[in-house]
Amino acid sequence: MKKLKIINLKKAQSLATARSIKLSEDTLDQKERANGFFQEVGDMALFIKQIFKETFSRNFEFKEFLRQCYEIGNKSLPLIIITGTIMGLVLTIQSRPAMAKFGAVTMLPGMVAVSLIREIGPIITALICAGKIGSGMGAELGSMKVTEQIDAMEVSATNPIRYLVVTRVLAATLMLPILVLFADAFGFIGSWIGVNIKGDVSLVLYIFQAFGSITFLDFFPAVVKTFLFGAVIGIVGCYKGFTAGRGTESVGKAANAAVVLSSLLIIIVDMIAVQITDMLS
Amino acid sequence: MINSQETNIDTVSEEKTTSDVLIDIKNLKKSFGRLEVLKDISLKLHNGENLVVLGKSGSGKSVLIKCIVRLLNPDGGTINLLGKEVNSIKGKELSEIREKIGFLFQSGALYDSMTVKQNLEFPLVRIKKDLKEAEINNKINEVLENVGLADVLEKMPSELSGGMRKRISLARSIILDPVIMLYDEPTTGLDPVTSDEISELINSVQKKYKTSSIIITHDIACVRITADRIIMLHEGHVYAEGTLEEFEASDDPLIMSFFK
Repeated sequence: MKKLKIINLKKAQSLATARSIKLSEDTLDQKERANGFFQEVGDMALFIKQIFKETFSRNFEFKEFLRQCYEIGNKSLPLIIITGTIMGLVLTIQSRPAMAKFGAVTMLPGMVAVSLIREIGPIITALICAGKIGSGMGAELGSMKVTEQIDAMEVSATNPIRYLVVTRVLAATLMLPILVLFADAFGFIGSWIGVNIKGDVSLVLYIFQAFGSITFLDFFPAVVKTFLFGAVIGIVGCYKGFTAGRGTESVGKAANAAVVLSSLLIIIVDMIAVQITDMLS
Repeated sequence: MINSQETNIDTVSEEKTTSDVLIDIKNLKKSFGRLEVLKDISLKLHNGENLVVLGKSGSGKSVLIKCIVRLLNPDGGTINLLGKEVNSIKGKELSEIREKIGFLFQSGALYDSMTVKQNLEFPLVRIKKDLKEAEINNKINEVLENVGLADVLEKMPSELSGGMRKRISLARSIILDPVIMLYDEPTTGLDPVTSDEISELINSVQKKYKTSSIIITHDIACVRITADRIIMLHEGHVYAEGTLEEFEASDDPLIMSFFK
């Protein structure tokens, strides 16, 4: 009995030791993770500082900027048009029964318009672009890093931040609001189709009803935040690509991390923008 | 006679004047975390010579030439490049000195999204801004001819073979008429015939453009074709220095493992 106690005590001691070792390992792990997090935040801040510095420097790469606008804007347009149309259609079909309960079907275009312009248009477009553009930037720059193309650029006396990053970030910042406008416009068309499935409203009347409910305060903050979403996608995509490791595996990781982090930051920026808009209005 | 680290490694250098030295590296150190890659490297590159830096994989050969052009920042020591301390310059001054260096990367590092022509004109249009289109085209044709390629201007890098990519990459490196060429494993991944062609091309570029070169390699066929002088790196130090004949006659086991 006594022995058993000792064994138990030993077991308890070893368990305690194991737990304390595990705890100290966990603490170390958490410490490393915390350090890694702060290191990443610091690195990204320095990266943004470099972007600002190079944006306002001479020798702006205008030709590459236009190419990026085409790549980001024009090549994302079909996806945005399809998504916007479906978004409007689904929103209308889903909202119709609830509106019908209150006898407010005539208010459907106005409700859809406010939802689309204030929130759904910008956030869905931004999340789609984070997937398409952000991952593309992360993978392209990551692969350029792995195959030493960024080093080659630097050695040939061309600033890679100016040529690769500034052009992409500015193009994303400028193109996203335009893509959101397209998503909203085609969202209206989708919604009009949705309204006409169980009703008969002309496009002119639908647009008149929809725009009758929208004010400048619905439109302006939504446009401002889409510029921020674009900047977030560009900065995060380029940062993740630029800081990719040396192996080919890191290209996939960079693309994945670009999508995850930019999507998360878009939602956080949206939350802050909504709070500010709410306070101002 | 091979000068090992214990003996005087600068015998050859001392015979030449300091103005003849294009790159002068003293006590270079570089670590990655706890891993000390370069512990104490000193070497000189003289005007007009092909200096081959030989060593096993992971001996720090590529790190050494990346430190020379400041793609990596050294932890200690000094690098004097064309009369300037590389560690203390930045911005425009660093760009100006990089314009005088041609760098052939191990992977070729051609820009995937650009055609061969765009790859070749990329450094030209950014650095020699006053060049007219006809002059740019002439320069492109000249370098392509010098590397033995034609009719590839509109091709994408992905459409080229390994040897062709290396040639285009070499053409891009020499398009600004560099004073110094740095070759990072120029024959890696190529078949023996193409490897020899690229090695011969290195010699022909040296003659035509009157460049001085550092060639990083562990390909002995390339060493035999290109080397005027050889430096062997081992465990972060200069292990031996001498001519090809001296290396081939050596009975040092490490050197013999490369040459025999």
